[in-house]
Amino acid sequence: MDDAIESRVVGPSPHIAAPTTCTHIMLWVVAALAPSALWAVVTMGWVAAQLLLICIGVALATEYVWNAIARRPQTLTDGSALVTGLLLAMSLPPRTPWWVAAAAALVAIGLAKQLFGGLGHNLFNPALVGRAFVAVSWAGVFAAAPSRGWFQTLPEVTAEGFDAISGATRLAVAAADRAASGAYGFDLAAQYQPLLWRNLEGSLGEISAALLIAGGLLLIVRGIIDWRIPAGYIGTMALVSWAFGADALFHILAGGVMLGAFFMATDYVSSPMSKTGRFAYGVGCGLFNAVGRFVGAMPESTTFAILFMNGLAPLIDRMTRPRTFGWVKRDA
Amino acid sequence: MARQVFRGGVHPPEHKEATSASAIQWAPVPAQLVLPMSQHLGAPCVPTVAVGDRVARGQVIGSVDAMVSAPIHSPVAGTVTGISDTLTTGGARVAAVTIEPDAEQDLEGYLKVTADDERGRIRAAGIVGLGGATFPSVVKLTPPKDMHIEVVILNGCECEPFLTCDHRLMVEQPERVVAGARHIGRIVGAKRVVIAVESNKPDAVEALRAEAGDDVEVQVLPTRYPQGAEKQLIYALLGAEVPHGKLPAATGALVHNVATAAAIADALEHGKPLTERIVTVTGEVARPGNYRVVLGTLVSDLLEVAGGFSGPVERVIAGGPMTGQALASLDVPVTKGTSGIVALAPGVAAPAIVGDQPCIRCGRCTVGCPMGLEPYAIANYANRRMWESAAARRPIDCIECGVCSYVCPTRRPLLQLIKLAKAAALAKGVS
Repeated sequence: MDDAIESRVVGPSPHIAAPTTCTHIMLWVVAALAPSALWAVVTMGWVAAQLLLICIGVALATEYVWNAIARRPQTLTDGSALVTGLLLAMSLPPRTPWWVAAAAALVAIGLAKQLFGGLGHNLFNPALVGRAFVAVSWAGVFAAAPSRGWFQTLPEVTAEGFDAISGATRLAVAAADRAASGAYGFDLAAQYQPLLWRNLEGSLGEISAALLIAGGLLLIVRGIIDWRIPAGYIGTMALVSWAFGADALFHILAGGVMLGAFFMATDYVSSPMSKTGRFAYGVGCGLFNAVGRFVGAMPESTTFAILFMNGLAPLIDRMTRPRTFGWVKRDA
Repeated sequence: MARQVFRGGVHPPEHKEATSASAIQWAPVPAQLVLPMSQHLGAPCVPTVAVGDRVARGQVIGSVDAMVSAPIHSPVAGTVTGISDTLTTGGARVAAVTIEPDAEQDLEGYLKVTADDERGRIRAAGIVGLGGATFPSVVKLTPPKDMHIEVVILNGCECEPFLTCDHRLMVEQPERVVAGARHIGRIVGAKRVVIAVESNKPDAVEALRAEAGDDVEVQVLPTRYPQGAEKQLIYALLGAEVPHGKLPAATGALVHNVATAAAIADALEHGKPLTERIVTVTGEVARPGNYRVVLGTLVSDLLEVAGGFSGPVERVIAGGPMTGQALASLDVPVTKGTSGIVALAPGVAAPAIVGDQPCIRCGRCTVGCPMGLEPYAIANYANRRMWESAAARRPIDCIECGVCSYVCPTRRPLLQLIKLAKAAALAKGVS
């Protein structure tokens, strides 16, 4: 009995804690994305594996080195750098040159996360900042001239260099068709199946919408993410697509919508905290994503839609404070 | 009648199975009792006995002439051996009377309290809220003139994990609980008397309903912490929110714990003073159970009764693990508010808080707060000593249930920081 008394700890209540830690949450996100990532490696091959390794490796290394230089406790075990690296890789096209991917990971962790103070202090989603940085800096990686040779195999690197390495996605083709003639030059409904199960265009994460949805539902069921964000996001996206006379199903399955709605917009740090706020934020993401597609010049506007809403998240938090029990009105 | 589900809350593992079927049994009277003169909220008592005095079971050994206080009685026949300071479960140092019990004890007999009226008898019996709040019961039974009590609610929720003392009381002695409910209803002139029990205690519901008749309602509420918090309980049963800064009576409701009601019935029907209580001793102990313990029994003695620790123990808690106090010393006495002694094993006990952990803005505290506060925000301000900004986020409304700290994935000491913000706000006169 004395030994037990020796080891006794005194602390403030509560004296028990929920089992879910930050690391658990991050590992659940990894688990939810793992099937998509593995399927991408299986279907796309070494290029996909390479991209995953580079993004995750550079993300972890940046986190480690930053902490070492700043003389701060190491934070690799919280799992957040791993998630950022994985999310970043999923958001990039498979043939992204290794140094572009590495630059994206460096910016994601170094600039978007650590410069702001590390985990919990970043205003914007680090993976998306990394992606946005390289998308703007090396635009050709993401948007090559539209062509129709995209469907069966991965586009090859051409003599012109990486500006043409990525074949145009169905979304880009659809956008070009709309701009040219106001109508689509191909049957959108025929695209549902490949988009759901095996799609070699666009980013790694677009390999299979079905796997992303399954992963997202897993996170919702496990209580890791709030359904209000993806519901608001995808619902709005579908609604606006329908309002524009477009094929709503095609537009929520194509591009980065599923990855964005379930995995990017739901990033805790850069999204609102109240239930109402989360729904409003999801709606905002969907709205700006759709507006980017149908009104703007960007066929793929997920990144900037979410980053824009990240910036609004503190404002949404302020406007959707919960009503205190026993008070008639909420804070002004 | 508007049944509501309160906002937020959590459902931690209950850990009640170790003792929920254990019949209440007397813990043997130990060789020494230490009776703090402050076992209640309000004015501490002054010893009314001297060293060397013989005392009878039920004799007053401490009292004070104050509206908000409760006299202390000797739980045994014995001899006063000391009057000095003692450490309490809460970590305070207070005056205490030490009594050496006689070898022979008649725990069935006691000196009866006398008073002219019912409220006087409840006051003289030293009854306080036995759920843990220890507010003198008679004060609650005397609401301000401008408030009328429509509904008396007996709190049999026992939403704290591990604890089963109220559960066993309701199962084994429902007649005392129901009698107490009727007494309280009559004293305050209430139209309705409701006993509220969480859905995880169907045997208690059944036992109470068998006793209740038509005049006492037994309501089953969802098992969700903190269902037994006064404001959440009133909301669940009546759909009314206790307004900020007002007494619960502002909703027409008066809430008493079921054990308090039983003690009130004993005082009114038998003149019995409060000298013992039921304590759930559980967790890493050899013989977990629900023990009827004479007040003043040291926790160390009570743990011996329960067979001692059965494995490594990281924290020993007085009360429940969500709101109780971690004991720095086991040589502290069981008092009127001690509902449980819970020995938490490493791994079950919350890990010690390490350093300054970041908020990852997951929102669990905000979604979980039953008061609609934003714990992370108050804690962030408190961490930066921005007390005015913290006060604006209403830490005063915090009921200190601990849900925020419990759910935090980075284990930030949210409740502790909110308590600091609360104290700072009160010091600045925020109300």
